[in-house]
Amino acid sequence: MDKTNENEKIEFDLILQAIYQKYGFDFRNYSKASIRRRIRYRLNQSNLKTISEMQHKLLYDRQFFGSLLLDLTINVTEMFRDPSFFKTLRKAVIPELKKQPFIKVWHAGCASGEEVYSTAILLKEEGLYESSLIYATDANDVVLDKAKSGIFSIDKMKDYTINYRKAGGLASFSDYYTARYDHAIMDNSLKKNIVFSNHNLVTDSVFGEMDIVMCRNVLIYFNRELQDRVFKLFRDSLRLGAFLCLGSKETVRFSSYSDNFENVAENEKIYRKNGECL
Amino acid sequence: MNNTEMTQKSNNDYITNNHKYKVIVIGVSTGGIKALKTILSVLPSKFELSVIIVMHRHKDADGYLEQLLDNECKMRVKQADEKEEITAGVVYVAPPNYHLLIEDDGVFSMSVEGAVNYARPSVDVVFESAAEVYGKGLIGVVLTGANKDGSQGLKIIKEAGGLAIVQKPETSEVSDMPRAAIAAVKPDYVLPLEKIGPLLRKLESNG
Ligand SMILES: C[S@@+](CC[C@H](N)C(=O)[O-])C[C@H]1O[C@@H](n2cnc3c(N)ncnc32)[C@H](O)[C@@H]1O
Repeated sequence: MDKTNENEKIEFDLILQAIYQKYGFDFRNYSKASIRRRIRYRLNQSNLKTISEMQHKLLYDRQFFGSLLLDLTINVTEMFRDPSFFKTLRKAVIPELKKQPFIKVWHAGCASGEEVYSTAILLKEEGLYESSLIYATDANDVVLDKAKSGIFSIDKMKDYTINYRKAGGLASFSDYYTARYDHAIMDNSLKKNIVFSNHNLVTDSVFGEMDIVMCRNVLIYFNRELQDRVFKLFRDSLRLGAFLCLGSKETVRFSSYSDNFENVAENEKIYRKNGECL
Repeated sequence: MNNTEMTQKSNNDYITNNHKYKVIVIGVSTGGIKALKTILSVLPSKFELSVIIVMHRHKDADGYLEQLLDNECKMRVKQADEKEEITAGVVYVAPPNYHLLIEDDGVFSMSVEGAVNYARPSVDVVFESAAEVYGKGLIGVVLTGANKDGSQGLKIIKEAGGLAIVQKPETSEVSDMPRAAIAAVKPDYVLPLEKIGPLLRKLESNG
């Protein structure tokens, strides 16, 4: 590794240290490649010349931190992303949930909420929504506000309709929103049992007695050590026999908590907490 | 290529691998399956470099591509897994609908960041990330394809001291991607498909 590269890596680490000390967001155990990519992107968008200049700006300009925070927490999401996952959820998990009088769902890292509304639709179609409570959390307040509003761009609805159908949707997707100008406003009946709140998986603690935890495409941004911390958090937040759902490239299998979970559908990354190690 | 430099380097940078090059990254789009088969089928099962492939494909694509290449090649072919260690002798294919990145400790990581050059995975993204980790130990290859993805990444590979190979545009099923690469950077080799595999073998043994 040559010198410039080495120095640059130190500078990136210093930025993360500064963010942590000043603002309390801890990115130090995130996967470095994506973090560096995003910091570089912000540098290019700004009129700053070096990463050191950026560090100074970060410390003295809260607004600048806000924009960097949006860059670092990749908030890209969609409704019914990976339709086959939602299809399997319907087939393999819903029948189990139907045995419960009341269902608690936790969407950790829900971004702007598209995934949460997808689950709400699914629960509604299965007659479970009225006896469900959905906690939707993210570390980033900006996207959380968007999630609360339940207003999305109308341009996306075409793709979402396709996803919805592939996911085994039972109705017509347009039943769930009202189109106004270039917006789609999600139906209020989907919102009423969702609680949105800020929760940081790195620094905050357990959310009790969940029946499902869905945390999709968040762990890919964490290194192995941090992934382990979060798997422990999930294990401790789930009741026995409850479900853990991950993104299509995430798995509990290489973590220290692998033994705590059995496969429901390994292909779709659906697991279930087993009784033993408690 | 400079052989003396290689012998010096081999003691510190690549203790487990005496070759100058460590990893080959291949970017390809339209016409990719045929092109990949041609190149990979020439490589032996104990090839001492790792091969990483980024091919543009549908976001819901299943493991068909990996299976097909695995059947046709002597090297083991698999889809790259999250935080998986990159090992010599294995061909890794970037999963659909994710950007593929490489960490300093030689493991894969992934991101759902928006499309780059209308593509996710994007060739530029993995080229840039690989260049940062492997520097002089990296070979970048741009093959047939219908956009300009890969050209900026190939430039970064060269700037980091790596080697750039581009499929000869006239021999490409779709020549946009190779042409864009040649316009962005002066490649070390511009070759028809059949000559790329044998070159990679040569670079393996005396690169
Ligand atoms: C790519 S989105 C995933 C959205 C959705 N789950 C999906 O799969 O479509 C990742 C989300 O994780 C959130 N995130 C990142 N770090 C987090 C942390 N430490 N705690 C909670 N959420 C976090 C980001 O703010 C972002 O909204």
